[in-house]
Amino acid sequence: MRRFEYARPRTPQEAVDLVAGSDDAAFLAGGSNLVDHLKVGIASPGVLVDVGGLGLDRVEETDGGLRIGAGVRNSDLAAHPVVRSRYAVLARSLLAGASAQIRHQATTAGNLLQRTRCVYFYDATTPCNKREPGTGCSAVDGYQRYNAILGASAACVTVHPSDLAVGLAVLDATVEVLGPDGARTLPLADLHRLPGDSPEQDTTLAHGELITAVTVPRLPEGAVSTYYKARDRASYAFALVSVAAVVAGDEVRVAWGGVAHRPWRATVLEEALRGGPLDEETVRAACLEELAPATTGPGTAFKLEMVTGATAMVLTDLAGRAR
Amino acid sequence: MPRISLTVDGSPVSGDVDVRATLLDALRERFDVTTPKKGCDHGQCGACTVLLDGRRHLTCLSLAVAHDGAEVVTAAGLGEGDELHPVAQAFLDHDGLQCGYCTPGQVCSAVGMLAEADGTPSHATDDLEAETELTDEEIRERMSGNLCRCGAYPGILAAIKEVAR
Repeated sequence: MRRFEYARPRTPQEAVDLVAGSDDAAFLAGGSNLVDHLKVGIASPGVLVDVGGLGLDRVEETDGGLRIGAGVRNSDLAAHPVVRSRYAVLARSLLAGASAQIRHQATTAGNLLQRTRCVYFYDATTPCNKREPGTGCSAVDGYQRYNAILGASAACVTVHPSDLAVGLAVLDATVEVLGPDGARTLPLADLHRLPGDSPEQDTTLAHGELITAVTVPRLPEGAVSTYYKARDRASYAFALVSVAAVVAGDEVRVAWGGVAHRPWRATVLEEALRGGPLDEETVRAACLEELAPATTGPGTAFKLEMVTGATAMVLTDLAGRAR
Repeated sequence: MPRISLTVDGSPVSGDVDVRATLLDALRERFDVTTPKKGCDHGQCGACTVLLDGRRHLTCLSLAVAHDGAEVVTAAGLGEGDELHPVAQAFLDHDGLQCGYCTPGQVCSAVGMLAEADGTPSHATDDLEAETELTDEEIRERMSGNLCRCGAYPGILAAIKEVAR
């Protein structure tokens, strides 16, 4: 591991200035992903700026909903009484991720900014455009089980590993960001990007920009929501596919995980289902429309039926509870 | 090299550590605290679990320098004097181990899990707002961050159930 300078700033602005001021600097939050990257050589910053002491660790109820500090631990957010009572999809997406120990360590923003678990990204002896741009993608014709089926490119076929990001996608969350030029907000939907020809960039954030909070609007009265995750083990495994959903009156919101380089908000499906019956046949037909642009290989073809079946199960169940 | 101070199992320790050292390596190699074990060193097995400021935590995925001033309790610091902690005793009573390498992490994780269970739902919880009932399914889910290669899971489950009762 490369030796680095360790800095512990006192304010978010100080942290931003430290990272923005050096191409070689990176933020350190909970560390559950970055420390592993330091060990295996995926990341080798010269300066680590610890954002753990910045006081970004509060969950506040606001007029419009919830404001979640970037440093709130995943376990604390999942256990928050308001999250448990009003935002089931948020609690369940958090609880589906990682292990209890890691949820105590990992933060809200760190979870969103975690990097892919593609086996080739982790194996520094293999080509990977995300780890080393221009070297090629080993996953396209390699081990495909965890590959994307939507929005992939020739350069990268991996998926975003976060469950929380999928839960927040369906809640229309907003991300508050502090940068060297001041503060801005962006929809969570615009945070993660598709790989295109620059898969080394997971997000639209510029170097030195720090997520300070995530805000979640209040759900409509009577809304029901949940998160379903299909995986190879019963616990502590990344998603093969996952489904976050909200049903509120005529409105249906669905986001998929495990299928793309970012949380996949299923807008075509949502439009097809608006105001209609949420029975198995209708939902399956809407999934077929959403999946029209999907591309699969021998190792990923199963995901079409898996995400369709999971979505039908989740939505028919929510429809039953919403009545 | 940065200097850090910790409280480990009730005793203060301090010393210079390599800025790159994980909390696990600092404990084991710098401060001779060998109770937490290095299994996978990537956060997948849970053998390095300690209670860090009261909560179960993976020391292999934490930089020592980021935890200056922390209170660490390892499995060796759970009991009172010569008396084993009830969870550790239950592991013995129920054969919750074979080789024992994962046991310090398992015991710390179980103690942390029992302390946090009230008020924290899990993936296995049907009603997010209900009081936690530690069924077999709940215990298995809540302990999924600790692997046992010897497969002593039936004994581990029985041990934790006995203490949870």
